[in-house]
Amino acid sequence: MNSTVFAPWEDPEKKPLIRFQNVTKKFGTFTAIDNLSLDIYEREFFALLGPSGCGKTTMMRMLAGFETPTSGRIELAGKNIIPVPPNKRATNMMFQSYALFPHLTVWDNIAFGLRREGMEKDKMNARVEEMLRLTRLERFAKRKPHQISGGQRQRVALARSLAKAPTLLLLDEPLGALDAKLRQDTQFELMDIQEKTGTTFVIVTHDQEEAMTVASRIAVMDEGQLIQVATPDRIYETPVSVYVADFIGDVNIIEGKTTLIEDGQYQIDWAEGQMPLHAASSQPFDKGQTCFVAIRPEKVAISAEKPQAADNIVQGKVLDIAYLGNLSTYHVELADGTIIKSQTANTRRIARRSFTWGDTVWLSWTATAGVMLAR
Amino acid sequence: MRKFFLIAVPYAWLLALFLIPFFIVLKISLSDVALARPPYVPQFSWDDGIMAFLRDLDFENFVFLTEDSLYWKAYLSSVSIAGLSTILTLTIGYPLAYGMARAPEEWRATLMMLIILPFWTSFLIRVYAWMGILSQEGLLNQFLMWTGLISEPLMILNTPTAVYIGIVYTYLPFMVLPIYSALDRMDGSLIEAAEDLGCSRLSAFWLVTVPLSRNGIIAGCFLVFIPALGEFVIPSLLGGSGTLMIGKVLWEEFFSNRDWPVASAVAVILLLILVIPIVLFQRNQQDAEEAAK
Ligand SMILES: Nc1ncnc2c1ncn2[C@@H]1O[C@H](COP(=O)(O)OP(=O)(O)OP(=O)(O)O)[C@@H](O)[C@H]1O
Ligand SMILES: [Mg+2]
Repeated sequence: MNSTVFAPWEDPEKKPLIRFQNVTKKFGTFTAIDNLSLDIYEREFFALLGPSGCGKTTMMRMLAGFETPTSGRIELAGKNIIPVPPNKRATNMMFQSYALFPHLTVWDNIAFGLRREGMEKDKMNARVEEMLRLTRLERFAKRKPHQISGGQRQRVALARSLAKAPTLLLLDEPLGALDAKLRQDTQFELMDIQEKTGTTFVIVTHDQEEAMTVASRIAVMDEGQLIQVATPDRIYETPVSVYVADFIGDVNIIEGKTTLIEDGQYQIDWAEGQMPLHAASSQPFDKGQTCFVAIRPEKVAISAEKPQAADNIVQGKVLDIAYLGNLSTYHVELADGTIIKSQTANTRRIARRSFTWGDTVWLSWTATAGVMLAR
Repeated sequence: MRKFFLIAVPYAWLLALFLIPFFIVLKISLSDVALARPPYVPQFSWDDGIMAFLRDLDFENFVFLTEDSLYWKAYLSSVSIAGLSTILTLTIGYPLAYGMARAPEEWRATLMMLIILPFWTSFLIRVYAWMGILSQEGLLNQFLMWTGLISEPLMILNTPTAVYIGIVYTYLPFMVLPIYSALDRMDGSLIEAAEDLGCSRLSAFWLVTVPLSRNGIIAGCFLVFIPALGEFVIPSLLGGSGTLMIGKVLWEEFFSNRDWPVASAVAVILLLILVIPIVLFQRNQQDAEEAAK
């Protein structure tokens, strides 16, 4: 691996490959993209994540040239691309539905874009063969799309969009139709291909795990706006809002009122008859301000005996246990009815764990385990 | 047992409405004309027996068709008129179907209705209406003279042009509907994919839209060509004496000359000519169904 970490977004000198500047897209009176600005850098694997209808596909279609923004500017390598028609853009798109040409063979589907360029026959043959090899489709070259499986079709679509060696490859939910195992394999394959070809990828996905796996950076969207753009670990560890924390992975949200103890250390009063919680934050909070503490279940320890020293300790009853094989998630109900989830690795055989349904247990976590969020 | 009935029904239908009439016509075509009622011999009678009956049949009428040039000229001219009409119908029908398939969703049912609407009126009345439009004092000539484009009325009625107009008008829906259904089924993202891969609008049309509507085009062409080949009403009402079509010859042979045997022979040959495109059409339909699976 390189000794330097790949993080062009932290380099102020670096010019972005794609730049959205105050882009708004309206369909009639409905605003699909709302005054959005975003930079994506060369060689990035950029993931757009968000609930259905938040505008992910619309973003992709604007990049590919199928939709024109109502206002704002989109640059590709420093040039405004809004007036450029789709067939003149150095971008290729892998469609959600694959959009393979049913009347052409796998080979001809992959060669389609190269033919339009008027590439020489020998060069084209070599390029198509290379793509077939890359996507392991050599044996299916002569088949028509309806004669191959869903996973193979998806690879043809990928090969076809990669064949022209685009500067930017757009993938709209490319793995939506695949089963879990094949999906995982393909994710790694995609990352591999991205590394080999050095192409910039923008991927749309519904699946937060997928985004975490493949992406260099993730943009979490909601209702046509970007809520947070950051690396997967930052999105997970330091979400900017309850929305993001809740969207990515499992989380406990505790609402309370803050009081500053000393710099960065806060006390949070959150429920009648419960000890105040302790949490740390680099963001300033006013006294009495409402705040949400987001704590990941794996950062909450569970034990049968009261732990000696911890910043936060609460007692409750095991309400439910979700067994995931390698992990178990315990749903613990506190005296006031609040439910807190705790996740631990199943290092012992299940029969040997020291508590089960209905048992009284202690939950504990450190002050830095949770993130304090203002909204 | 149920299966047997399900299969038996269409076969019984075919037997009663196609095969039996065909064999009757075939038999008449092998007979001789006579002043009788019906006007041909031999008539089958149980007294003479079947052998005597068969002995009197011969191919005289078919030989006659090859001797008089009128017949093969009529066949040839029918094929060329039907062929050219088919091409014209396709030229007009394709853009129409394309426009319908691209129209906003909520308009399509209405547009479809407009295509089908003429069928609610009698075919004969519509052809007569065209006579009113195309005649020398007709609406078209009046309109053109009013605009000043022409000073003398054009001779359209009773020319082949009128026949082409009539056939294209009558059979246009048969062209539009199959092409529309092929285009409607097409996934719109295929065109976007083609453009994404470097096609202009026009080349995406030729490389994707046209190949994918091929089955619709072929079906439409056959649905126009086959009935147009034997068309009788349009050439006799709009075409005048100058247009030679086999349907008209057949009618005259049957009703003016009362020569049933020759008329039947003409009909049998027409059917044989039609069998080729009908078989091709069926094969195309089968291919289309298999591709759709
Ligand atoms: N052509 C259009 N006309 C009107 N509204 C549209 C059009 N295309 C998209 N929209 C609307 O814009 C919003 C964003 O659509 P978009 O397809 O970008 O969502 P998405 O984030 O890709 O959703 P999904 O995850 O379900 O694919 C949706 O509310 C959608 O209804
Ligand atoms: Mg989408």
